[in-house]
Amino acid sequence: MSKPEPKKVITHHDKDPDELRVIGRPRRRVDGRAKVTGQTVFADDMKLPRMVHAKIVRSPHPHAAIRSIDVTAALQAPGVLLVLTGADMPIPYGILPVSQDEHPLCPDVARFVGDPVAAVIAETEEAADAAMPLVAIEWEPLTTVASAEEALSTPEPRIHEYGDDGNVHKRIALQFGDVEESLGKSVHVFEDVFFYEGNTHLPIEQHATLAARDGDGKLVVWSSTQTPHYLHRALAKALDFPAHQVRVIATPNGGGFGGKSDPFNHEVVAAKAALVLDRPVKICLTREEVFYCHRGRHPVKMRFRTGTDADGNITAMDLETLLDGGAYGSYGVASTFYTGALQTVTYEIPRYRFRACRTFTNKPPCGPKRGHGTVQPRFGQEVQLDKIAVAVGKNPADLRLQQLCKPDTLTANYLTVGTIGLRQCIDAVVDGSSFRDRWQKLPEGRGLGIACSSYLCGAGLPIYWNAMPHSGVQLRLDRMGAVTAFCGATEIGQGSDDVLAACVAEVLGIAADDIHIRTGATDTTPIDLGSYSSRVTLMMGNAAIEAAERAKTLLVGAAARKLGIPPSRIALADRRVFDVEDPEKVGMSFRDACCAAEAEHGTLGTVGSYAPPRSPARFKGGGVGPSPTYSYSAAVVEVEVDPVTGWLHVPKIWIAHDVGRSLNPVLVRGQVEGSVYMGLGEAIMEEQVFRRLPAKMSNAAVHKFPSMLEYKSPTSLDMPEIVTYVIEDPDPKGPFGAKEVGQGPLLPIMPAVANAVFDAVGVRIDETPITAEKIARALDLRDKGKDARVGPKAFPSIDWPEGLEVPPPWEGGDGRATNDPKAKHYRAPEERGQEMMSDAARQKATAAQRASQSKSGRVSKEVRS
Amino acid sequence: MMRCRPFRYHAPRTVAEAAKILRGEGPDAMVLAGGTDVIPNLKRKQFAPRTLVALRRIGELRTASDDGLTLGAATTLDAIARHAALPEAHRAARIAASKVATPQIRNRGTIGGNLCLDTRCTYYDQSAEWRQAIDFCKKAPGPHGTAIETPVEQGICWVAPGSPRCWAVSSTDAAPALIALGAEVTLVSADGERTIPLTDLYADDGMAFLTKKRDELLTAVRLPAAVEGWRSTYWKLRRRGAFDFPILGVGAALKLDAGGTVEAARVVLGAVASRPLPVDTSGLVGGPLSDEAIDAFAAKAAGPAKPLDNTDFTLHWRKRVVRAWVAGALRELRGDDSEEASLLSRSAARIPEPLSV
Repeated sequence: MSKPEPKKVITHHDKDPDELRVIGRPRRRVDGRAKVTGQTVFADDMKLPRMVHAKIVRSPHPHAAIRSIDVTAALQAPGVLLVLTGADMPIPYGILPVSQDEHPLCPDVARFVGDPVAAVIAETEEAADAAMPLVAIEWEPLTTVASAEEALSTPEPRIHEYGDDGNVHKRIALQFGDVEESLGKSVHVFEDVFFYEGNTHLPIEQHATLAARDGDGKLVVWSSTQTPHYLHRALAKALDFPAHQVRVIATPNGGGFGGKSDPFNHEVVAAKAALVLDRPVKICLTREEVFYCHRGRHPVKMRFRTGTDADGNITAMDLETLLDGGAYGSYGVASTFYTGALQTVTYEIPRYRFRACRTFTNKPPCGPKRGHGTVQPRFGQEVQLDKIAVAVGKNPADLRLQQLCKPDTLTANYLTVGTIGLRQCIDAVVDGSSFRDRWQKLPEGRGLGIACSSYLCGAGLPIYWNAMPHSGVQLRLDRMGAVTAFCGATEIGQGSDDVLAACVAEVLGIAADDIHIRTGATDTTPIDLGSYSSRVTLMMGNAAIEAAERAKTLLVGAAARKLGIPPSRIALADRRVFDVEDPEKVGMSFRDACCAAEAEHGTLGTVGSYAPPRSPARFKGGGVGPSPTYSYSAAVVEVEVDPVTGWLHVPKIWIAHDVGRSLNPVLVRGQVEGSVYMGLGEAIMEEQVFRRLPAKMSNAAVHKFPSMLEYKSPTSLDMPEIVTYVIEDPDPKGPFGAKEVGQGPLLPIMPAVANAVFDAVGVRIDETPITAEKIARALDLRDKGKDARVGPKAFPSIDWPEGLEVPPPWEGGDGRATNDPKAKHYRAPEERGQEMMSDAARQKATAAQRASQSKSGRVSKEVRS
Repeated sequence: MMRCRPFRYHAPRTVAEAAKILRGEGPDAMVLAGGTDVIPNLKRKQFAPRTLVALRRIGELRTASDDGLTLGAATTLDAIARHAALPEAHRAARIAASKVATPQIRNRGTIGGNLCLDTRCTYYDQSAEWRQAIDFCKKAPGPHGTAIETPVEQGICWVAPGSPRCWAVSSTDAAPALIALGAEVTLVSADGERTIPLTDLYADDGMAFLTKKRDELLTAVRLPAAVEGWRSTYWKLRRRGAFDFPILGVGAALKLDAGGTVEAARVVLGAVASRPLPVDTSGLVGGPLSDEAIDAFAAKAAGPAKPLDNTDFTLHWRKRVVRAWVAGALRELRGDDSEEASLLSRSAARIPEPLSV
């Protein structure tokens, strides 16, 4: 049976900017007015008649078995209508099919302080709150596992009964070429250990959900979720309720950043209570509970062994990562793969080995936060490159420029690099900051650091395996000239509604503001997988172009017949449909064209959809990392450091981002600056850390400060001046050439800060956050003549499995593992040896790849804020 | 959202009426001024007063004397930060007020409230559920906390489990600055009023941190008349440019003669103990404000500061920074950095924008 040919994707990437009326022009975002005037309805703003309120009783123990729960007293409290426990919802769920390890309420074991155990539903929130302490729970405390290292050394008790073994959730080992051989032949081998501390998303809007039964008995759930489709699936499963009788409506999110992309226990609880009581049930989490939802940045310890030639060109890289996953799977398996996925798409790495291990611990579960899994190893990689530059005596900008990946090439781990604007990014920030004149030349206490990065424009695979589109857009056009665009994508503040409007408006020749936008509702909008992995602009944008092109065809055909000219002469712009040869005289209004088309075809509606291209990676695990294309960023950070106290101040940041093409430059700048803000927070202060009490006295392991006051995130007064450069080199894969901008510009900030601190005072802070106290400690070490460095001393010994061996493309690889017995093309080790290419052949193949030249891109004018 | 337990609410119109209510209600009553600290603490169930006595209707608490030196206790922090009538010698008061929290909180928060601010601790300033997870502490030894300022001989101090006392931290910005300026406060009860030096309002105990009786109301702050030659400043250490409580405050006032000799000096440290900590300045007086004198004094000043692991930043670093901050404040008073502020002084003593409005 032959597979159908993948359909051709129209992206319009090659349009000249002058041809475009909407795309690329700075506009007020379509949802801006409602937000500024307070008219946006967030989930917690919603009120329904007969609505009641839920509060969740959470575990005070980091790890404990539930002996019994007695809800009698709570049920008798004034105003209480219902108390739910784990027994009411026994079916587990989870975002990944391989990690169905969560329950709406813990049935038997609580795994961290804050794990939900019971829910009290009452007439008022006060009544529910007052009854919470009346839920009597008998506990049997279990041993607490509070760090990744402890998880390795404490196989029992297991936090989960599934996973690789003990408290190891997942181990990964992949090798692309013989890394040890290359390291052995390298002029230099740099070995560095880094630690990236966990941190959380801190959206301003706390998660909230309202669930109700429709009049006909169906279930409706409004929720601040980034992934209504995945929530829909989880609700149907966990409630054992027919999926087609559930509708999920994603309310506008007051910030997401990845923290609202799992299905959450409070969402299932509200839905269950609404089904039982047949009354609308609202739950709005407290800020403390948001810290317990978490799914934020994994704490990651990592070791890089990187070989280079005499000039600092990378010959091979060996990366190990150890992740502290917290109490549940969440996206963790994907996060684990991502800690090694994107090392190869910025600089040429001929051979690459990646091994990773995710552990379970008794803390809130980690998951995806802006830059998902790639942020931590990018920090290590870019700081190590700075050390390499110093060691080989090169300017760190030049060290990077001399070994950039080439466009339209495959990497060692089979990722397809399409367009790459990294050279232009580096040039922009280096010129803007006078990096070549000022690096290593500023007075003591002042320094500059540079770093680069890359990020996905959407994951190549969905969360659950299926062959359907990743994004769908439906258009409705009517005789009033009204256009409504429907899409399952979720507006989380990133501007996806505006992208949808802009892509449709551009094709149909109307204004973005003309379009009615209906998004994120599973009952009315075609499926979009959700606002994560920077996928929406590219995938929804391409689906929107397809739907709009189909609508345009209907309008053009009808207008051409009416005007008596061939369709090829028709154009759409400025709300008119007209003859390009006589635009003023021969034409009609957009509305009249809609009428003509409706008269000819009947009710007007079109659809479009998008699925990413298939990746050349054929090995197990090769599904994490592929993307239709990659964005690139470079940053230079300037710091001031007080040489006595280590006090750190960041006065200025230069950031350049290769966005392919700006759909709306205002929003692009907003996302770049927002990323800088979030990255700077992670770099200098944010940390999700836990407090343990003296072991003799207590088993406690609590979040150290689950509040916005003590979890430190920068204020506007802490923000530096930011100079933003938008690099535009339209990518054939992106809608109108656009790539992502929501996550990538965050990644270079943290390593650039670390590198700038080294330039300022000569100390290395090889972990985040980079704080005054750590700098002071390193300064003390420096003054005592010791290694002026603060960071982890060693990487723990991990029992790695035999890795999959995947020869890189230039060593004759075809994307398949040679030693995976499950793979079709399994070859025994003795066979494999003979098939490996000789060094000479490999060099030839690599040289051929390098021969392709970098395309030149456009640098838009400097933007200051 | 978080919910308070129910309480009775009184909003008297006069100080006398308020004093009477406080006398009548006994230890279960608490005073509510701006509410910027009391209300969040109520939501976290750190204490559970039966009655709140609000000061918002008492006009006499918001007035200033004609000379501008006596301030009603309900004067907002924002008003003090902008109080142009305050002599330049008392600049420390304006700096301290301007560095409390955020503009929104300074618009509501009062000088009296900041002086009586509950001591803070990262084991204590947490929700009831969080505190249950560590099995509570001495300062709030149960799910509903306890009445403020009432010592309870039970529970543990997790900051120093071997210690019989509570080590919560005095976190007022105003007190170190105002004590350095020689301020006095007036306390009124049903029995009458008394005026005491501000420094005597405090005791070095995380729980019984005020000497004020429970039925006394702090009604006014009195600053001394400005004398030629005095100058003052306040240096605040916090991680961010807004929001944060101090993890170190240095209130400093000096009188220099024409030749630059120190005639008198008052230096007070905030946020390094359960009370604002006056520093012995006898070593400074009588000599010039030389680099050597400043460094020697700063080193000595850091001695009694006992930061513990219950605020932001590590205690070792906080201890280390005391010296740099004290020296920085004195250098500023000497006149250093007037042209190009140093990195530390920009972070520590920069007056935010509202002053120029």
